Amino acid sequence: MPQMPEDTVLQVTNLKKYFPIESGFLRRKVVGNVRAVDGVSFYIKKGRTLGLVGESGCGKTTVARTILRAIDPTEGSILFRTRDGIVDMATLDNEGLKKARTEIQMVFQDPYSSLNPRMPIMDIIAEPLRAHGYSRKDQEERVKELLELVGLRAEYARRYPHSFSGGQRQRIGIARALALNPSVVVADEPVSALDVSVQAQVLNLLLDLQEQMGLTYLFISHDLSVVRYLCDRVAVMYLGRIVELADVDILYGQPRHPYTSTLLSSVPDADPRSAWHAKAIKGEITGPPREVRGCAFAPRCPYAVGICKSTAPELRSISTDESVTHEVACHLAEELELEGVS
Amino acid sequence: MDQGLSSQQATQNVPLPKPPSADDDSTALGKTEEKVFYATQWQLMWWKFRKHKVAMVSAVVIIFMYICAIFAPFIAPYAPTERHRGFLYVPPQKVRFWDENGFSLRPFVYPIEQEIDIMTMQRKYIEDTSKRLPVKFFVRGSSYKLLGLFECDIHLFGVEDGKVFLFGTDNMGRDLFTRVLYGAQISMSIGLVGVFLSLLLGLVFGGISGYYGGAVDNAIQRIIEVLRSFPTIPLWMALGAALPPELSPVGVYMGITIILSLIGWTALGRQVRGKVLALKNEDFVIAARLAGTSEPRIIMTHLIPSFMSHIIASLTLSIPSMILAETSLSFLGIGLRPPVVSWGVMLQQAQNVNTLMMAPWLLIPGVFVVVYVLAFNFLGDGLRDAADPYGV
Repeated sequence: MPQMPEDTVLQVTNLKKYFPIESGFLRRKVVGNVRAVDGVSFYIKKGRTLGLVGESGCGKTTVARTILRAIDPTEGSILFRTRDGIVDMATLDNEGLKKARTEIQMVFQDPYSSLNPRMPIMDIIAEPLRAHGYSRKDQEERVKELLELVGLRAEYARRYPHSFSGGQRQRIGIARALALNPSVVVADEPVSALDVSVQAQVLNLLLDLQEQMGLTYLFISHDLSVVRYLCDRVAVMYLGRIVELADVDILYGQPRHPYTSTLLSSVPDADPRSAWHAKAIKGEITGPPREVRGCAFAPRCPYAVGICKSTAPELRSISTDESVTHEVACHLAEELELEGVS
Repeated sequence: MDQGLSSQQATQNVPLPKPPSADDDSTALGKTEEKVFYATQWQLMWWKFRKHKVAMVSAVVIIFMYICAIFAPFIAPYAPTERHRGFLYVPPQKVRFWDENGFSLRPFVYPIEQEIDIMTMQRKYIEDTSKRLPVKFFVRGSSYKLLGLFECDIHLFGVEDGKVFLFGTDNMGRDLFTRVLYGAQISMSIGLVGVFLSLLLGLVFGGISGYYGGAVDNAIQRIIEVLRSFPTIPLWMALGAALPPELSPVGVYMGITIILSLIGWTALGRQVRGKVLALKNEDFVIAARLAGTSEPRIIMTHLIPSFMSHIIASLTLSIPSMILAETSLSFLGIGLRPPVVSWGVMLQQAQNVNTLMMAPWLLIPGVFVVVYVLAFNFLGDGLRDAADPYGV
């Protein structure tokens, strides 16, 4: 049986997902790979929240779906502590996956496409219960309980999704994820499709649920202020790799990667008197690279030097204190003076 | 409502006069909205379809036509192959309520007599206006089996000691009105049976193609492309000619339907594939998979219900092409053959200009083809608009 530290619930090591690019008319051949996720490693401790941030297309959602094996990883291990011991999600068979997924579930980004419009709420939330052999009566009771848990009325169970607002739909999605009492919830941009006023309600709901049920979250977002509000540690992704991973205050206060610093400077300041000057980032995002030579961020990095273009930097710890996490993948991490936010 | 809304209202300092039922949002929302919240997909579709007036009218027309076809032996005054001696090419007779002798509540026709024009040697039919032939209802006539079950000899209408030909007669003195009704049975069912067969083929091949993808998908799509690139009429002709000549009329009918659907499923197959392809990566399908729902159940409870409404709409739109195909095949003489009665077989008689000049009423079956096809097209339009009440 694989090992991991006592208080760790989920440990992802060297996770890779390549999507093959095929070409050819009759006999399709693989001519290259899109490296959507290229060697991602992190762990999450019990009851904590890890934030995963990055711009569109950097592989956040692929990481989330690979962890739940909605898509199969190309390489790497995903150790997950279940009630019956540690399993590797990456190698589980269908039977094992069905069992493991009672303890790790997902909340989707789009509250509209994640609920089947042709099913009443009752059936949507009860789906995991039904699949795991609950009786009809137990299903109904549990659904009522769950609806109240996420702040909806139990009578709504017979309604169809079209009668709910985006925020309410996301609550329904959360209720479905919690139906089987999971210990880990992977939330893939759960609030990015919602109005700002509703975002706060859903975030608070997630925090309340974490406190009540001792949930562990992997929280994916592109919104840095949301991540700061919710997470204990944050990983910043760029083109399929983690470029910086640190405790939330350290990452925001003393970023060590130029990409993190640029991202932070793009968050508007709410103070109208302070002059806001975002560091404009040079160039366009290149899309997941097919060949990796050097640092993926180098073409856009204002500090890039010779070594950046030839050798890819490894993610390494620069923390002097054992209790503090701070890992950066940058050759110049120690030399650069980068700006954070207060 | 979201909790935030009520708390926002609570923080407002202005004391609003509270409506008596303010805390009960279901009554505040009103009955109609409340109804919408609990509405299933099919209810929503029906509400939307109801607003499409032309489609509603078409639906009524189609239902009426099918009822007429089912009860054809009862409605028709004669048997479809009954020849009336001395009544070849009789023009449609007028049913009258009124003549110089005054009004009659019971409709009547005049008896007709054949005369040969000595100069042109052409038949002419003269109405004998001195005598009225009252049209009687529920008269006894030739016996038939209603719905193939009940022995019966009562017809909806008929005249005693005389003839009534609402749409005239053909070259063998057979009543066209009767034959149009009997022809409807064949022509209007061949479309349904054909479409059902192509639905089956389309669902299976399109479904496999979309769901499994990869090499299977590739192979099926190439087959569809090849099938679609054949010019249809020569292909039908070849397949129609390949039907063994000793086949019974019913056998030919089945053969023709199978031929039509063997080519007709391709469009449907592609639609199903596209829908499955789009749906299988839809978030709610992934959620179902993560919930532990088995693949067959995902197909049954998520995929099929999601595209069934579209499929029904496009099926409705493909029925006309089936009936047109049958009509053209029969018209060309390679589809159904006499003594089977279908609209196409009947139109076959209207092929040459001579007959058309002499007896233009032989085109009446064509009118029914047009009405039927148009009605189905409008109905299909309405269904397509209503097919996705969620606007996805």
